[in-house]
Formats: sequence, structure tokens, C-alpha cells
Amino acid sequence: MIRVVLPPHLRTLARVDGELELEVKAPVSQRSVLDAVEARYPMLRGTIRDHVTLLRRPMVRFFACGEDLSHESPDTPLPDAIASGSEPFLIIGAIAGG
Amino acid sequence: MSKVRVLVGTRKGAFILTSDGARKRWKVSGPHFAGWEIYHMKGSPVNPDRIYASQTSGWFGQIIQRSDNGGKTWNTPGSSAEELSGPDGTPKGESNKFVYDTSPETGKPLTTHQWYDGTQHPWEFKRVWHLEPSLHDPDHVYAGVEDAALFESKDGGKSWHELAGLRGSDTGPKWQPGAGGMCLHTILLDPSNPNRISIAISAAGTFRTDDGGKTWKPINHGLHSQFLPDPTAEVGHCVHRIAFHPSRPNTLFMQKHWDVMRSDNAGDSWQEVSGNLPTDFGFPIDVHAHEPETIYVVPIKSDSEHYPPSGRLRVYRSRAGGNEWEALTKGLPQRNCYVNVLRDAMSVDSLEPCGIYFGTTGGQVYASGNAGDSWKPIVRDLPAVLSVEVQTLP
Repeated sequence: MIRVVLPPHLRTLARVDGELELEVKAPVSQRSVLDAVEARYPMLRGTIRDHVTLLRRPMVRFFACGEDLSHESPDTPLPDAIASGSEPFLIIGAIAGG
Repeated sequence: MSKVRVLVGTRKGAFILTSDGARKRWKVSGPHFAGWEIYHMKGSPVNPDRIYASQTSGWFGQIIQRSDNGGKTWNTPGSSAEELSGPDGTPKGESNKFVYDTSPETGKPLTTHQWYDGTQHPWEFKRVWHLEPSLHDPDHVYAGVEDAALFESKDGGKSWHELAGLRGSDTGPKWQPGAGGMCLHTILLDPSNPNRISIAISAAGTFRTDDGGKTWKPINHGLHSQFLPDPTAEVGHCVHRIAFHPSRPNTLFMQKHWDVMRSDNAGDSWQEVSGNLPTDFGFPIDVHAHEPETIYVVPIKSDSEHYPPSGRLRVYRSRAGGNEWEALTKGLPQRNCYVNVLRDAMSVDSLEPCGIYFGTTGGQVYASGNAGDSWKPIVRDLPAVLSVEVQTLP
């Protein structure tokens, strides 16, 4: 099981509490994880990545295992700890404002 | 006894204010969609319990919400269990998918418009400013968006497509964003002619279709805007709001960046009716529910000083369709008031006497149950109010 943590506003929108647990076929990448998130929670389509280009929205960040993976290719395999479910994949609303 | 429901969109959520027809005691529910910008909410004239809401965020983009029980509960259209996936098993979730039409079948929609620096810039969807439910079908709704375009849904908000003839009209490359962005903010559906729709865009002007949205023409003759190289240009005018009385759809009223205007031929030509207003800058304009020549504006000091002149919040009413205006001040703060009233933040009910409502950037929602003669705040401390719509219920 892949573990995914949504930012609070998207948890409210998807009507979930806590982490998501999703089955994701290997290879586990940003793209395959987000495909699984959107398949289970279609109301999240367009909120994390663009509907058409599937590019990450500018003020959304992807963290995993203490690293910012936002600028990695969507098809780069995620760390083993994410693929094994020992660490969660974090979807973050970027800090903005002051 | 009749009831009134006031739908308030704010910078940080939606609020629903309800009262019986006496309009003296109000219940406040909310915030709904807490923390999100709610640009607009509006109920279907056919089924008032069907309400559409535009929920937006700089982080997570556009969401469309729909209630089928008068705002008690909400859903993103098309996200119920039986609608989770399409025939091929792929997730649908398209209620927030606003994609500009670039198909050759619908003409040649533009891919650029004028940018602040005069160069051409690609059209980029940012948010839905205004939702206008059809007068005839609760599943049919129009959306005015930024960057300016008109979309419609015929399945209750589950999916959207652009009426590309508007953006594809010849003037498109000359449209440019105002300070608030290039937004399509007003949609008037003619009750007497289902093929006629008038819309307004900042900063492009006013446009009309007479064939149900296939083709559009600018209707800005008579507007004069000093910030344009040609002050009487066909497009480029910063129209802040247009309004009409449903019984007289050919008489349009306009609050422009500067100037209050009127047309008696469905926008083919306009005349200034600013008259004795203390300033003719402002954002909203609305029409009395029972008196088609009684109109309301909120004068704002200037384009850079977005607050009432002299710190006195005054609604101005004309009972003559313009030119002759009276200040309405009873119950409104008359000193140290420096709020703004945004373009979609005024509305009227259809009770007798007519109720007028407006919200401020300071978070107050004021109501008058006597056509503006006196005012009281329903609430005082909401987040900045972006929009106010009123439903009169049986």
C-alpha cells in the first residue's frame, strides 16, 4: 500500500481523514501515485496537477523521505520507502504570503 | 410567508443568511468551504434549492460546488459513486475542467490577447468569476471566467464547454486585463428572447449574441474611456457591471470604470447618466425589483482610492433611470468608512417593498427592507465580501 498525505483543504474536498492508502502498480512514480489518487477521488482532478497537461500546479509541492521531489520528472521512480509504504508521499500547499 | 436567502461569497468561504419575509431576524450559516475564495454563488430560478458555487484557490485551482437542497449540503457535480468513472473506466471528475476550445469546427478561437505591456499573451484559465443559471433548466448554467471566456454546462455542472464564438470574434486580440484580471463577470439572460445573452468583460467591454452564443458583437458605442488611445474604441472599455430589469431587457444600465451609462436599445448605443453623483466611479449597479427606472450604485472615490468619498458610505438611488440621484445614508456609516463594494456584491429581493443588499470588503453585509430608505447590517465581520446574491423563496 502506498501512503499519501493530502493538504488539509484537499482532505476536506475529498472528504477523507488522515492518510490515503492506495494500491499502486510498480513502478511507483509521481504519475502513478497521482493517477491512483485521482481515480479514487475524482473531485481532486485538476487540483494537484493540470487537467490537460498533467503538470504539477505551481503552488503544489511533492515531498518524500525528507526531500523535495517537486521538480523531478513525473515518471522518476519514487524512493523505495514510498513504494513499500514505510514512508508517506506528501502533497503540500506551498508556503506563500507573509 | 415568503423567505429570503442571501448567498454571500467571501475571500475565505461562503455564508448563507436567511430570514422570513419581515427581514428583521437573520440566521447565519457558514463558513462553507472555509478558507477558499468563493467568487460567486447563484440559485436556479427554476429550482431555487439548486445552487451553484465557484470555489477557487491560488494553490488548488477551480472547484465547482452544487447544492440541491438550498445550501444544506454540497457536492462537486459528477463525483457520486455511480459517476466515478467513464465507460472506459477512467475517472471523470470534470466539473472543474475549463479548457478553451481550440477546435477547428467552432471557428478559429484565439490563442492570445493583449497583455499589460502591449504584447500578445496566451489565454490562461484562472477562475470562474460568475455563474448564471439558465432561466429554464436547472441543469443548464453559464460560467464567466478569467481569462475572459464564456462556458456552459448542460448537465448540472458535471462538464463544461466554451462558447468559443465570443473569444473568436474579431476584436479578441485587443482585449486586455484590468487591474483585477481579464474577467468575464456579468451574464444577462434575456427573459423575452432565449437566443439573446449580453455579457461584460474587464477590460474589453460589453458583447451581445442574438443566436444563442454562436456569434457575438461588441456593443460599446457611446462609451468614452480616457485611458484608451482612442477613447471611443470599439473594445477596451473597463465595464464593471451591467444590469437590467427583467420586464425591460432592452434597457441596460452600466457602471463603467468611470461613468454610469444607460442604453435603451439592448446596448447598441449608450448615454451617460452619471448626473449629480459625487463620483461616477464604482463597481456594482442594480435595478429595483418592481420599478424598472429605479437603479442603485455605490460611488467610490477613484480608480486608485477604492473607498467611499469622505469616508461616508452612501448608496445612490435614481428613480428616473439615471441623471438625478439621491444619497441613501440612514443606517450606513457616515464617517471613517473606507471599504469597497465589489461588482457582484449587490442584489435585490422581489418582496414588497423591495429589499436591497450589498456586501463590503470590510466584511459587512447591509440590508434595506424599504428600497434603500434605511439600512441595517445583517453581519459585520465576515471576510472581505466578493459577491452577494439574493433568493426570494415562497
